[in-house]
Amino acid sequence: MNFELTKEQEMTRKMVRDFAEEKIAPRAIDIDKNSEFPEDLFKEMGELGLLGIPFPEEYGGSGGDTVTYALAVEEIGRVCGSTGLSYAAAVSLGASPLYYFGTEEQKQEFLIPLAKGEGLASFGLTEPNAGSDAGGTQTKAVLEGDHYVLNGEKSWITNAEYARSITITAQAGKREDGKNIISAFIVPKDTPGMTIRSDYDKMGVRGSNTSEIVLEDVKVPKENILGDPKKGFGQFLHTLDGGRISIAALAVGIAQASLDRALAYAKERKQFGEPISKFQAIQFKLADMAMEVELARNMVLKAAWLKDEGKPFTKESAYAKLFASETAFRSANQAIQIHGGYGYMREFEVERFLRDAKLLEIGEGTSEIQRMVIARQLGC
Amino acid sequence: MNIYVLLKRTFDTEEKISISNGKIEDEGAEYIINPYDEYAVEEAINLKDAHGGEVTVVTVGDEEAEKQLRTALAMGADKSVLINTEDDLEEGDQYTTVRILEAYFKENEPDIILAGNVAIDEASGQVGPRLAERLDIPFVTTITDISIDGETVNIERDVEGDVEKVETTLPLLVTCQQGLNEPRYPSLPGIMKAKKKPLEEIEIDDLDLEEDDVEAKTKTLEIFLPPEKQAGKIIEGEPDEQVKELVSLLKNESKVL
Ligand SMILES: Cc1cc2nc3c(=O)[nH]c(=O)nc-3n(C[C@H](O)[C@H](O)[C@H](O)COP(=O)(O)OP(=O)(O)OC[C@H]3O[C@@H](n4cnc5c(N)ncnc54)[C@H](O)[C@@H]3O)c2cc1C
Ligand SMILES: Cc1cc2nc3c(=O)[nH]c(=O)nc-3n(C[C@H](O)[C@H](O)[C@H](O)COP(=O)(O)OP(=O)(O)OC[C@H]3O[C@@H](n4cnc5c(N)ncnc54)[C@H](O)[C@@H]3O)c2cc1C
Repeated sequence: MNFELTKEQEMTRKMVRDFAEEKIAPRAIDIDKNSEFPEDLFKEMGELGLLGIPFPEEYGGSGGDTVTYALAVEEIGRVCGSTGLSYAAAVSLGASPLYYFGTEEQKQEFLIPLAKGEGLASFGLTEPNAGSDAGGTQTKAVLEGDHYVLNGEKSWITNAEYARSITITAQAGKREDGKNIISAFIVPKDTPGMTIRSDYDKMGVRGSNTSEIVLEDVKVPKENILGDPKKGFGQFLHTLDGGRISIAALAVGIAQASLDRALAYAKERKQFGEPISKFQAIQFKLADMAMEVELARNMVLKAAWLKDEGKPFTKESAYAKLFASETAFRSANQAIQIHGGYGYMREFEVERFLRDAKLLEIGEGTSEIQRMVIARQLGC
Repeated sequence: MNIYVLLKRTFDTEEKISISNGKIEDEGAEYIINPYDEYAVEEAINLKDAHGGEVTVVTVGDEEAEKQLRTALAMGADKSVLINTEDDLEEGDQYTTVRILEAYFKENEPDIILAGNVAIDEASGQVGPRLAERLDIPFVTTITDISIDGETVNIERDVEGDVEKVETTLPLLVTCQQGLNEPRYPSLPGIMKAKKKPLEEIEIDDLDLEEDDVEAKTKTLEIFLPPEKQAGKIIEGEPDEQVKELVSLLKNESKVL
């Protein structure tokens, strides 16, 4: 057993922390308030190699591991949930499926620019009538000559407006038992027939781009089907397993930020002639927060480590996502409580932590779905 | 060009620092590259990009400094040297460091050595200039701009907010001041590449030095934190009464008037 990070992991964490504190933190309030997607920050993050951490150098990546990537997501999440979500989605949902399942040509054309940080990508799974039940995908892909023709609608797709390509899931036929075969298709930006709108007015992660996609007779070359045509469903389950680690890391970042703010404030704020950190009621809140943040982080790192070791990590990534996202929500809520009236004000930022944290209990599988995944792993 | 950087690992003075048994508590302190040395690393890389050559980062310290050296390599330095004094020296001062560096540079041929203006921990600002004296090369402190043309070097230095322009020649030692440049973040590919870059570790023995040769010339008697900030005093009353009260306090209580 060794809980020590490698030098590279530590250096990456320090670099991302410095970058996040110097470049992202000063803008976090405005990013949220004005729903501004910080495109320029993503350009800088790309130049620093952050968008390619878990991909090998031959595909334009940095050759890091999942642990390093999780540390980077946590540090960005600690200052800005919006930037953190778009970052996690770009790597885990946008680029990862291309790396895991793409053909060599697809990797050359679509993965390399992402890993080098020259663009973002999205993953379009959710539909108005197929959320948790992703198998209920209604978007259809029909093979006509050398092209697939896609028709349907996708909802809440992170980064779609800024994506150079979007991986879209669709029904592409039926299995012998009558069930739908779900495959994934790489749709380049500006493909005729694909309309992307970002009109959602969100509760949190307001600076993360979230888009609705309408597909009307969208033609993509036959070669753009991702990986094994029959294994689309299994592929996106694997993608989501990986994505959960990053959502969990983002949650740890928000929980840590909540603890940091609450602790600093409690030591400074005086009521009844004493800093409120001297009151046991406040101390117990802080003690619980500190403990839960550390437990959540340990679970995230373990899941990431399992993934890096090539061991099964489905259950552990569900543990991490479930526990960390609920921890983030509780911690942010307690941080507001400890700040009293000030905590309810935007300026103090903890109210934003709560709004941002809420998304993490919903996106990439709701908390209920995580419990279902865990129960299934238990053999229920 | 043979470009060298002197780099020190220091604790982060922006983080909480505590003292026990007359020493800075290691536990809980954050260690960083001395911020002024970051300007030196950045400038060294810029000089290399402009004139070619190689950047070597040198530190006198212990094993723990490897992280800071690796960070400099990740930023773009080519080689690093750790002169490890852990087993040989209990204590050292600026004299110690200068003697060790002098011995090191006698065996190498620097065209330019870049150091920080001061190290933020002890803030003596002595190592750079004293090393240059020992090596018998010119030095310019607190530089904010540098351009090299053949052997000629044009420098702007900060003198208490004013700019002084200096012309000098290589080989040269400079100490870097805020404003010289904006140090880059070590990129991820840089961090990964740093793994494979050379980190040479030597001891004073390898420089033909004995413990006695480098024995500190000064002795630290005590280390203490500045007194905690006291709560301010709010003076009440009409403006003219307040002024009277303030003057009387400055005279009688704090005795500054
Ligand atoms: C900001 C944001 C960004 C997003 N980004 C993306 C993206 O990039 N790509 C993408 O494909 N999707 C994305 N999504 C969609 C997200 O993944 C879905 O919202 C999520 O999976 C839940 O689906 P749903 O909203 O349809 O809720 P539903 O599935 O309708 O769930 C409603 C409620 O019912 C519960 N429920 C559902 N089924 C069961 C069951 N069997 N047992 C018990 N409870 C159940 C759920 O837990 C939930 O509480 C994003 C969403 C948001 C808000
Ligand atoms: C939208 C809004 C509307 C408001 N409207 C009004 C109004 O109309 N009129 C008005 O007068 N005020 C109003 N307030 C102020 C509100 O009543 C105060 O915010 C509230 O009483 C808490 O005080 P505080 O914010 O100073 O927090 P603090 O008193 O500083 O409390 C900070 C934290 O310390 C805890 N704490 C404090 N003392 C102790 C203790 N001894 N033991 C354990 N824990 C302790 C608190 O429970 C809290 O968690 C309003 C506030 C808001 C946000």
